[in-house]
Amino acid sequence: MATETLTLGKALNAGLRKALENDPKVVIMGEDVGKLGGVFRITDGLQKDFGDQRVIDTPLAESGIIGTAVGLAIRGFRPVCEIQFDGFVYPAYDQIVSQVAKMHYRSQGKVRIPMVIRIPYGGGIGAVEHHSESPEAYFAHTAGLKVVTCANPQDGYSMIQQAIASDDPIVFLEPKRRYWEKGPVELDAPLTGAYPLHAARVARPGTDATVLAYGPMVRTALDAATAAAEDGRELEVIDLRTLSPLDLTAAYESVKRTGRCVVVHEAPGNLGLGSEIAARITEECFYSLESPVLRVTGFDTPYPAARVEEEYLPDLDRVLDAVDRTFGW
Amino acid sequence: MAKGDPGAATRSKRAAPRTKRAAATGEPELVQLLTPEGERIESALGPDGTEYRVDFTDEEYRGLYRDLVLVRKLDAEATALQRQGELGLWASLLGQEAAQVGSGRALRTQDMAFPTYREHGVLYCRGIDPIMPLGLFRGVDQGGWDPNEFKFNMYTIVIGAQTLHATGYAMGVAMDGRTGSDEGEAVIAYFGDGATSQGDVNESFVWASVFNAPLVFFCQNNQYAISEPLERQTRVPLYQRAGGFGFPGVRVDGNDVLASYAVTRHALDNARHGQGPSLIEAYTYRMGAHTTSDDPTRYRIASEVEAWQAKDPIARMKAFLTKQQIVDESFFAEVDEQARAESVHLRERVLAMPDPEPVTMFDHVYPNGSPELDEQRAQFSKYLESFEGSAH
Repeated sequence: MATETLTLGKALNAGLRKALENDPKVVIMGEDVGKLGGVFRITDGLQKDFGDQRVIDTPLAESGIIGTAVGLAIRGFRPVCEIQFDGFVYPAYDQIVSQVAKMHYRSQGKVRIPMVIRIPYGGGIGAVEHHSESPEAYFAHTAGLKVVTCANPQDGYSMIQQAIASDDPIVFLEPKRRYWEKGPVELDAPLTGAYPLHAARVARPGTDATVLAYGPMVRTALDAATAAAEDGRELEVIDLRTLSPLDLTAAYESVKRTGRCVVVHEAPGNLGLGSEIAARITEECFYSLESPVLRVTGFDTPYPAARVEEEYLPDLDRVLDAVDRTFGW
Repeated sequence: MAKGDPGAATRSKRAAPRTKRAAATGEPELVQLLTPEGERIESALGPDGTEYRVDFTDEEYRGLYRDLVLVRKLDAEATALQRQGELGLWASLLGQEAAQVGSGRALRTQDMAFPTYREHGVLYCRGIDPIMPLGLFRGVDQGGWDPNEFKFNMYTIVIGAQTLHATGYAMGVAMDGRTGSDEGEAVIAYFGDGATSQGDVNESFVWASVFNAPLVFFCQNNQYAISEPLERQTRVPLYQRAGGFGFPGVRVDGNDVLASYAVTRHALDNARHGQGPSLIEAYTYRMGAHTTSDDPTRYRIASEVEAWQAKDPIARMKAFLTKQQIVDESFFAEVDEQARAESVHLRERVLAMPDPEPVTMFDHVYPNGSPELDEQRAQFSKYLESFEGSAH
């Protein structure tokens, strides 16, 4: 089996290439995805190899991208739309929430919209405003959409293919600050043998406290676990991977063992994924908990200017601080 | 016509070289083949010099009349059902029958239509059981027909959103290599004058243009977006917007079923042959309320409605059929009887529509399902069963 070391960005590119090869109905569309290969180069070289009917540079209008993709999906295509940055998805919000999400339901199952909406999301790259946001809760809150996010190159490679192969409309969130992080990727592994798309995974086993994270925060949580281990505390880190539907099976099992749980995400805490997760863990693990479920999140401010974003974003120290508080309860 | 119609501003300079234009004096320039008095006009020129004409057999003329009467009668029945509490809401097509039947009959079998929520006449022409939209407005489902089977998409209530769907579908037609011959496929997107202010509609104009999509934008300008008159949406005649996007536009008398047919058929055939998109502005009037929840007496005057009453699409067709001796009196009675019988049948079936079982609200949220939703459904079912003597 060919295992290569790739960045997350290259792994996503390889996954998209595979999807284009495997199904002639797959089309990639978005702003600058063709000749330029996308502003993050995730679609680099794909238009050259698959042509401008498969990898389509669209006019600059996000609602147009998603709305025309709905029509293509009704026609039988499998559109993979790129929204250039998280903060630019809102012009397409109506099409995503009112059209993409509801078409299958309204038609009583007669119309499927097998669409993937790729969004580079999250902060940490020193960007100007509207380029660092975490909009996952808006989409996870919407019935009819599924929301997933990858945290490492192997998942980037397989999850993007699984999302494209799925008949559900899927918002696929890519942690842009992790695009350049490297990891092993099994390029020849059959998709059928891949870890399921809508399942969480233990990223690091531990016994003392459970840390739940997804996307860009998985790396942060793992770093926190490494630091905690030096102090003799073993954290179990779970990469949630699927945000809608949530898969908390592993989390419940873990928290029942550790009695302590910290949820980490970049998005603001108020009504964020962490709130839902804390509620469910409290319901499911009430008698096992030694402390309340704590959340480490972005603040309830607009995403701040780049020179202070490191203070806004959860980091190793804030995760460890929260873990400490679960022990001090 | 509406006071301050923007068409008047440009009429004189545009109309001057087009001596064969069919527009009657005092009217906005539009393609017309049947006058409100029922006089046939042999042919009419569009703004780009296209000559429009129809060549129907007597049987086809009678068929169009029958369609017009039937869709009006079924629509009136739906309004009555709403008034009697049997529908939650109804959006009547009254006054727009010719625009809908003309364009609907111009579609070929392989063509795809994307409606708003008022295209009951087009729906009828596509061969869909007229009961279908009544389920939506009764609140027992959200529209039950199969869009792919009938080549008629679900109704879209968010204004203008469907024009992008139509555009994407049309791009797909071209990508499938299904243009360039008589057998080619074309797509039609319905929307209203209010929708032309929406971003989605303008984006769809851009997309259709740059991708040369086989698409006809069919705008029924019924003069009002609920209460807001056309002047609040535009300062230029709507069909002229097309020019700025790079494709042709034409205004047709939307109360003239023959002209509506001719203009739409021409535009669809251009599209299917790979000549790209075009915009049709069907100039018409919403004779009734926006929906059954609306009160148009608050924003328009009776004399305006009366002026449009004189341009009624059915009356002019009836006058034409009579004058040309294409029918005799028994024909009209027979059509009226058919319409009456179909509306009674419709009413009976609406009243018999069962309410859905509560747990069916969990159906079809996702093609692949969701364990979270399965659990919610199970909990809800258990809750329902906890009531003593529950039928569930």
